[in-house]
Amino acid sequence: MIISAERKQSIERAVADPKLQLAVYSATARLKQKRVEAVSPAELPDYQQLRECAHQLKKHALENLDYYLEQFEANVLAHGGKVIFAQTGKQVGEFIATLAKQRGVSLLVKSKSMTTEEIHLNEALEREKLEAVETDLGEYILQLAHERPFHIVAPAVHKTRHDVADILSQKLGVQREEVPEHQAMIARRTLREKFLAAGIGISGANFLVADSGAVVLVENEGNARLCVSAPPIHVAVAGIEKIIPRAQDLPVFLKLLARSGTGQRLTVYTSFLSGPRRAAEVDGPSEFYVVLMNNGRTKLLADSSKRESLFCIRCGACLNACPVYRKIGGHNYPWAYSGPIGAIITPQYQGLSQDPWLPYASSLCGACAEVCPVKIDIPRILLELRHEVTREERRQGKNGLERFAFRAYSWVMRKPKLYAAAGRAAALGARLPGMLSLGPARLWASQRETPKPAAASFRQLWRQRQAGRLP
Amino acid sequence: MYGRVSLFVTCLVDQLFPNVGLAVADVLERLGYQVEFRPQQTCCGQPAFNSGYREEAQAVAEHFIRVFRDADFIVVPSGSCTSMITHHFFELFPAGSDLREEVEYLAPRVWEFSKFLLEVAKVEDVGARFEGVVTYHDSCHALRELGIREGPRRLLAKVRGLTLREMSIAEECCGFGGTFSIKFPEVSAGMARTKIESILKTGASTIVSIDSSCLMQLQGVIARMGVPLETKHLAEILASR
Repeated sequence: MIISAERKQSIERAVADPKLQLAVYSATARLKQKRVEAVSPAELPDYQQLRECAHQLKKHALENLDYYLEQFEANVLAHGGKVIFAQTGKQVGEFIATLAKQRGVSLLVKSKSMTTEEIHLNEALEREKLEAVETDLGEYILQLAHERPFHIVAPAVHKTRHDVADILSQKLGVQREEVPEHQAMIARRTLREKFLAAGIGISGANFLVADSGAVVLVENEGNARLCVSAPPIHVAVAGIEKIIPRAQDLPVFLKLLARSGTGQRLTVYTSFLSGPRRAAEVDGPSEFYVVLMNNGRTKLLADSSKRESLFCIRCGACLNACPVYRKIGGHNYPWAYSGPIGAIITPQYQGLSQDPWLPYASSLCGACAEVCPVKIDIPRILLELRHEVTREERRQGKNGLERFAFRAYSWVMRKPKLYAAAGRAAALGARLPGMLSLGPARLWASQRETPKPAAASFRQLWRQRQAGRLP
Repeated sequence: MYGRVSLFVTCLVDQLFPNVGLAVADVLERLGYQVEFRPQQTCCGQPAFNSGYREEAQAVAEHFIRVFRDADFIVVPSGSCTSMITHHFFELFPAGSDLREEVEYLAPRVWEFSKFLLEVAKVEDVGARFEGVVTYHDSCHALRELGIREGPRRLLAKVRGLTLREMSIAEECCGFGGTFSIKFPEVSAGMARTKIESILKTGASTIVSIDSSCLMQLQGVIARMGVPLETKHLAEILASR
């Protein structure tokens, strides 16, 4: 496994930062506990059936994606909306920038969307001299601080209220305010102006419903609903994997998403958006666009062994459950998606050679798979990816020492006598001064004491025991 | 109650914690089993498998299959190694591969120690005595791949003199993770410290687990932290009188 010195140091810094550790550990512990309560048998007796059902629905939708995408497009068109297929993230930015310029729009408001984080949409729009303002409170704080989301559903989970007070007072020039409710009021006052002045509202999509051509958004702050109804134009940006077949499938996902993500029965707002304002309606946008983005998704779709990586509904439960995420934090994951889901999708989207350490940043404890509402077998996929990493390294002649070590291991483990002798030699060797400075032993001992080698191996003791020579 | 049981002690127990293997044998013999140890055994292949070296793991797994192919009951003092054999051998030998049938025959004969006691020997009270307050650490593969949660606790509850006190995060990983412990030593040890801090709050003096690998990790960090805790494999507790 190869990891850059910068990344390694950055991980070590995060682990050694008591303030960060406390903020992340306590926030994720809270979310974790709320989830446990929300999916308990008393609360949700059919939780396990719902998970299986969600898994099968996603599987079916993705195996028939071409059909459902066409159906979705036809239904959006029938409602007076437009569907744009974007092959890359760049094309999404270009479409929105062109639209903004054609309509004379310079200010855009955005609701929380990991898909647009994935493609760095804000930066792309900024380069076109367009102002895109995040309106989710956490995202807004991070935009002011010039940081990327730390967590899929709780983007500013690493910030304490003191941090937020600093950011708001420094960036907005307002009086320092330590009370979270007051901080929210500051953001609310600023953002209200933006909502009213913006020409385009950008949203993501939690689900795209094929049989009704609807974009479904779930949220707690109400900012997403404002984003898609106050400005005259609404653009929803969604990965093609967000499709589900029928409106009647939604309850399965809505229940699982809110309960898994935040421990709520349902989020505060659930919006069903299908097309622009109709003749008799009093509000809503006059133009409605859905940008269906590929950006590598068909590559994942083509790989049946790891296809289920696309089932993810971005609830963030695997992050809260993951002891590694909770130690290293979201910003040590190289892409927009962090935690266990980030560890499996980043290498698949961006190639394995960029961050070959990612699939190894796991103790394979399985806590992620246990909480995943759509039953993605994350540990299995991590293992598949590790296998791909070693194959790739072999092809490129990299990481030869580790490969040699495992070849030697494999060879010795097939020769019981040699194994027994090697074991004893290692036990003797471990008593020699200086042995602990060798590679793996040194890495082990950097953090913990090394077990004392046993005076005799089990097989030696067993022979004595059988001969009646053991007390 | 009688029968033949073959021990797969695991390479870790063989080389570093032989007393755990002896304790397993003691408990099984007390229950009337005839216990054998096949000296050709080595490892299950998990270190290579988990590190992405599948061909290397396959070769070791093949060796395991050859050694144990005719055993009726194979008892293993580790949830992790048991799961490697009963779950991941199926990934190493997918449908259609030469050894698939052998894996299908062998896997149901492989038993994690506590599960064997409860489900094959059908015993909860093995007549053990251990004076002290203990806490039980759920090892991840036993818990999540083998579904072992209540079993070891039931066995502990029947030990005379023993008080079991639950920690708040019994099901969180100790941070070992095989080669993870040396690939990310700071993260791995950080996870152990979180666990140990939770254990210290219980007032227990002994941590019990069914996996020696977790205990090696916890013991190593305990010693570095200098806190008054000891670690014991469930078999060592059940063998004590």
